[in-house]
Amino acid sequence: MIEVTDLTKRFADKVAVDHLSFTVEPGRVTGFLGPNGAGKSTTMRLIVGLDHPTTGSATINGKRYAELPSPLRTVGALLEAKSVHSGRSARNHLLFLAQSQGLPPSRVDEMLDLVGLREVAKKRAGGFSLGMGQRLGVAAALLGDPEVLLLDEPVNGLDPEGVLWIRNLMKQLASQGKTVLVSSHLMNEMAVTADHLIVIGRGRLLAAASTEEVIARGSGQSVRVRTPDAERLTALISAEGGSAVPASNGNGNGNGTESGDHAPVLTVTGVPAARIGELAASAQIVLHELTPQLATLEDAFLELTAGSLEFGHATTGPAGTEEAAQPKQESVR
Amino acid sequence: MSATTSASELGAPLSKGRGAGFGHQLLAEWTKIRSVRSTYWTLIVFVIATLGLTALFGWLTVHAIESGRAARRSASLSSDPVDFILGTGLGLGQLAICVLGVLTMTTEYSTGVIRASLLAVPKRLHVLAAKAVVFAVLIFILGEIAAFCSFFIGKVIVAPVATVTLSQPGVTRAVVGAGLYLTVLGLFALAIGTLVRHSAGAIAIVIFLVLIAPGLLSLLDTYDWGAHIHAWFPITAGGYITSDHQAAGQLLTAWQGFGVFCGWTALLLIVAGYLLNRRDA
Repeated sequence: MIEVTDLTKRFADKVAVDHLSFTVEPGRVTGFLGPNGAGKSTTMRLIVGLDHPTTGSATINGKRYAELPSPLRTVGALLEAKSVHSGRSARNHLLFLAQSQGLPPSRVDEMLDLVGLREVAKKRAGGFSLGMGQRLGVAAALLGDPEVLLLDEPVNGLDPEGVLWIRNLMKQLASQGKTVLVSSHLMNEMAVTADHLIVIGRGRLLAAASTEEVIARGSGQSVRVRTPDAERLTALISAEGGSAVPASNGNGNGNGTESGDHAPVLTVTGVPAARIGELAASAQIVLHELTPQLATLEDAFLELTAGSLEFGHATTGPAGTEEAAQPKQESVR
Repeated sequence: MSATTSASELGAPLSKGRGAGFGHQLLAEWTKIRSVRSTYWTLIVFVIATLGLTALFGWLTVHAIESGRAARRSASLSSDPVDFILGTGLGLGQLAICVLGVLTMTTEYSTGVIRASLLAVPKRLHVLAAKAVVFAVLIFILGEIAAFCSFFIGKVIVAPVATVTLSQPGVTRAVVGAGLYLTVLGLFALAIGTLVRHSAGAIAIVIFLVLIAPGLLSLLDTYDWGAHIHAWFPITAGGYITSDHQAAGQLLTAWQGFGVFCGWTALLLIVAGYLLNRRDA
């Protein structure tokens, strides 16, 4: 289990991590999402003690990283930045790591087999492809059979086979009761891999919930409505407590346009599709289209991070800020 | 996916034994230093430069004396044969030790290995200490071998004009001292590498301190205070131990000088360790 409490990292000119608190539970894959520069890598570096926090703390199974007696036996980390000497062989890289933890050299060979680098184990790591480099990083992370895994953008630069391999590996590790925290800016990857999500933007927590919950919360289950009588319907929906706004991609997109329909399109939130149909029927408004929109994680993510980018560090103010700040209260649980 | 295949795919679960100790750190640092080519190249250059230049300078000088063209050098060689032998080859070979000392730490930063190292050993002072111990032992052994080989090669070559033996007063101490000087010099360079963290910058600083600064400081010798500054300068002070006798006006004895050099190096290592702990890696 990883516990991050009120973690802040201030560099000379910017705040990379801003009073961040969250918990990563064992037995599931936790996705760590955020746009580039959101502070994901810095947070991970703070957790493993490479950077020193300005305030707050990060603990692993209740201990700071530096207090772990043989840390690689508790925590395996694959950081985004490379950490292998280009002139050293893969085997020697893993060997010195194993020796530093008092692990037998046989463990190195096991890991080389596991990640499929046995054949090139004695070659200089400088000649490795990006994918081979990632495999070596995974081997280093798994070397000490750790209970906690931290993987920073592990699928970067991997071919589809490699992506699938990492994905299955993470799920497998989680199913064995290990704690898995994996960062990514690829929402779709997280949607199929992660059970739980921690979303950050500008170093602040935007959401910490199950993947389904983040998706559901995100776009608020909108409904796409096409009607020639948009004004009356909008009034009815507003009276019902929902909101109807002209869809931004109105006539330009897919369904209906090929039929030459130029009726306005509304995006309705707060009122379910069935109720919109009833309202339209009672007022004798003609509907050309009534489509519930399934939110994707990508939508949810963009919505969450757009809030953080738009409103920055404001703590009071427009509605978007409240939405962004709201999940923070439930962060520690 | 069954539990059994999972277990075998991920390797056998490890028993959670006690934590690793400093001995494991030493072993890991030894693996690091012996598994990169730069170590071999710099050490090969060190040995070839030291022994080759000792032989070359000795031969050229003896030849010049015998053909009657170098009365002045003759005086220096015959009055100070040990200084001549240990000062030529090792004087240049020491630069390879400086380079290796710097690179031992700076390549960790340039390649990013420092992250892997600190993940494995988050007690950063242990990383620095283990690295320093392994490096010092390696350089001490090679340094002593090179110093003794230099001495014997030089002794044979200068035989026509000067006689030197290990049994003469101070000679054995000077030869052993040359190896000690190289060891501490390597640590001095390693400390500067840790402070500066960039290979080129750190190497430039060390070479300035070793080759240029002593010459500049010797200009101060005409002043009383200047002579003290010069004598207490780490490289100058450290060099006294490689001489078999105390020169006229030399302010520190061989061992005092070596102690000053060790003190400077320890101070630099302490500052390096403090900054290593404080900085973000």
